[in-house]
Amino acid sequence: MTKNSSSIDTKNVKIDVHYLTRVEGHGNIVVDVTDGKLTKCEFQVIESPRFFESMLVGRSIWEAQHITSRICGICACGHSLASIKAGEDALGIMPSDETIMLRKLLLYFEQMDSHILHIYFLVAPDLLGVKSVMPLIKTHKPVVEMALRMKRMSDYGGEVLAGRHIHPISYVIGGLTKLPSKDGLKKLHKLMLEARKDGEKTVKILKKLKFPVFERPTQYMSLANDEEYAMYDGDLTVNGGNRASDKNYRKVFTETVLDYSRAKIATINGKSYAVGALSRFNNNSDKLNERAKAVAAELGLKAPCHNPYLNTVAQLVEWVHCLEESIVIIGKILKDGLNKDKILVSSWPKRSEADKIKYKPNTGIGCVEVPRGSLFHEYTIDETAHITQANCVIPTNQNMGNLEDDMRKIVPELLGKKTQEQITLGLEMLARAYDPCISCATHLLDVKFING
Amino acid sequence: MKKRPRPKVAFFDFTDCEGCQLQFANMGRTFLELTKLVKIVNFREIMSERGQDYDIAIVEGSISTDNDIKRIKEIREKAKILVAFGSCATIAGVNAIKNRSPLEVAKKTVYGDKANTINTINAMPLDKVVKVDYYILNCPPYIPEIIAVLKSILMGKPYPLPNYAVCVECKMNENVCRYEKDEECMGPVTRAGCNSWCINNGNRCYGCRGLVENPAANGHKEILLKYGLKLEDILQHFTLYNDSAGEKYDKEFK
Repeated sequence: MTKNSSSIDTKNVKIDVHYLTRVEGHGNIVVDVTDGKLTKCEFQVIESPRFFESMLVGRSIWEAQHITSRICGICACGHSLASIKAGEDALGIMPSDETIMLRKLLLYFEQMDSHILHIYFLVAPDLLGVKSVMPLIKTHKPVVEMALRMKRMSDYGGEVLAGRHIHPISYVIGGLTKLPSKDGLKKLHKLMLEARKDGEKTVKILKKLKFPVFERPTQYMSLANDEEYAMYDGDLTVNGGNRASDKNYRKVFTETVLDYSRAKIATINGKSYAVGALSRFNNNSDKLNERAKAVAAELGLKAPCHNPYLNTVAQLVEWVHCLEESIVIIGKILKDGLNKDKILVSSWPKRSEADKIKYKPNTGIGCVEVPRGSLFHEYTIDETAHITQANCVIPTNQNMGNLEDDMRKIVPELLGKKTQEQITLGLEMLARAYDPCISCATHLLDVKFING
Repeated sequence: MKKRPRPKVAFFDFTDCEGCQLQFANMGRTFLELTKLVKIVNFREIMSERGQDYDIAIVEGSISTDNDIKRIKEIREKAKILVAFGSCATIAGVNAIKNRSPLEVAKKTVYGDKANTINTINAMPLDKVVKVDYYILNCPPYIPEIIAVLKSILMGKPYPLPNYAVCVECKMNENVCRYEKDEECMGPVTRAGCNSWCINNGNRCYGCRGLVENPAANGHKEILLKYGLKLEDILQHFTLYNDSAGEKYDKEFK
């Protein structure tokens, strides 16, 4: 090991960040530079494997949403929606337009919730030179209060729409088990209008923060559609090019096992790619609403942006977009009301009908854009609607190869200019910029250390 | 008046989705109030500080690797009070669904030919390995209950868990019984305390808080059979969160 991490050594750098903090789940960063040569550059996932895909086998399709929302506490709504879409695809159920509108709304709140958590609790401390939000309670109390208020607003949105934001209750295959209450929607609408001010302040804050300068163009994948900034549905696109149906996701990218890391890494045409807010922004920024476009302009974010650190800025742009879209939708619901006949369903088939339903063995695929990128669920069911095979492709898994390629480019750039301590922080910040959600990364393997 | 020193609190997570910890960030201003009463010294999800000196350890997630066993024992040694937080920590939760099939099958399904590199053991609640002082149930934990348990801890009092069924709270909330609606529900055998959260929202109870101490399981099974369920489905309802009940009911039901 290098003796003094705060001195500059151009030849030897060994970084071993064990249990990276301020990310969701457990991950390590390991970098080994010996005699000026980068021999190892890995983001290792050490979360205990959770086996969701095997847990689903043998369970009824009607409870898949309940189980898979438990993959992740942050993206619980996204997992629910991908699961519901896959279930409906397998069962041949078409939800009503009203139901789809309410699903989009829930997804907007999840984007807002996760993005604000990431911006204030996970990223901002690095840019303000502190270790966490805790010391900021003393030094920047109004800002912390504002961050908690913004977090609470989006969490309350989940509560009004789905009963709760973490592991939503009322969103199920076919529709909702309960309509959002009018009083709740009214209060939410008011909170959202008030949140505009907090959003404007956040833009001012972010504008003052200095993000590291780094560029590496890559392949940016996201959903896209002609009507809107795609979140709930659309086709897959890479760098805005030819679109492919999300049902053909296995043809768009491949998951390969790489020997050096023993982790499954997804690639497009043999190369790593990125998903998430920056990819969506790069592919679809022309579909953002006017306020979100104005914020992107104010923060200097232009598509295509090749600096992964600016994913955080794209998240704030999306926060504004989602807030404005939600204000419009909820305003419309408050004016027109909801047609319960088109929305309400029971979470499972009625008992007296359960035995009469004939199911056809089938495979269903569901994809939605969750805060960290495109999420896929795929289930195969038998003639009793029990799952025989399940596959979940998680954004964090898809980003892993891209993050490592970024690390491989940035380490030599910093070598000899920065201390080991500064390089370590730079890499931690890079990993955090991707907002990795490792609990979700069900595919990844345990990795043994070489430099331990 | 001299202020008493704030007890130091550390958060730890094992195998789970980290949604339990997030409930703290979802408390809004209450979270700030809480930081006046306790000093948070370790909370990896949102902090880089890693205080190793703490009085209260709030631990979420199931034990599911050999290394987890080692880690939870170390935490137990340092903490004066250990709180099991959420379904995965208190009853092993959905993680334990994998216990119902041989681990080799689970590994092969997810990791294919790399299966043998995976270290995993049956998912367990914390109290299978160490002594637990307080339990905060639910998936995800119910914020009013989190606060009630924290109050008890700070006052040095025990927090007795309700030992009656979710139905009691559900009736008080004036919900129409799921069975009346031609549906089914785990409410009759599940421990109360969530204020019938899922049923209030039009869904059914899935049993995430664990079963009451002496559930009328056979009676429940009879009712479900009467409603046309197959035995395997009934067992799946009982074991979605409650693997520990699985072995018992595997024998009793069949």
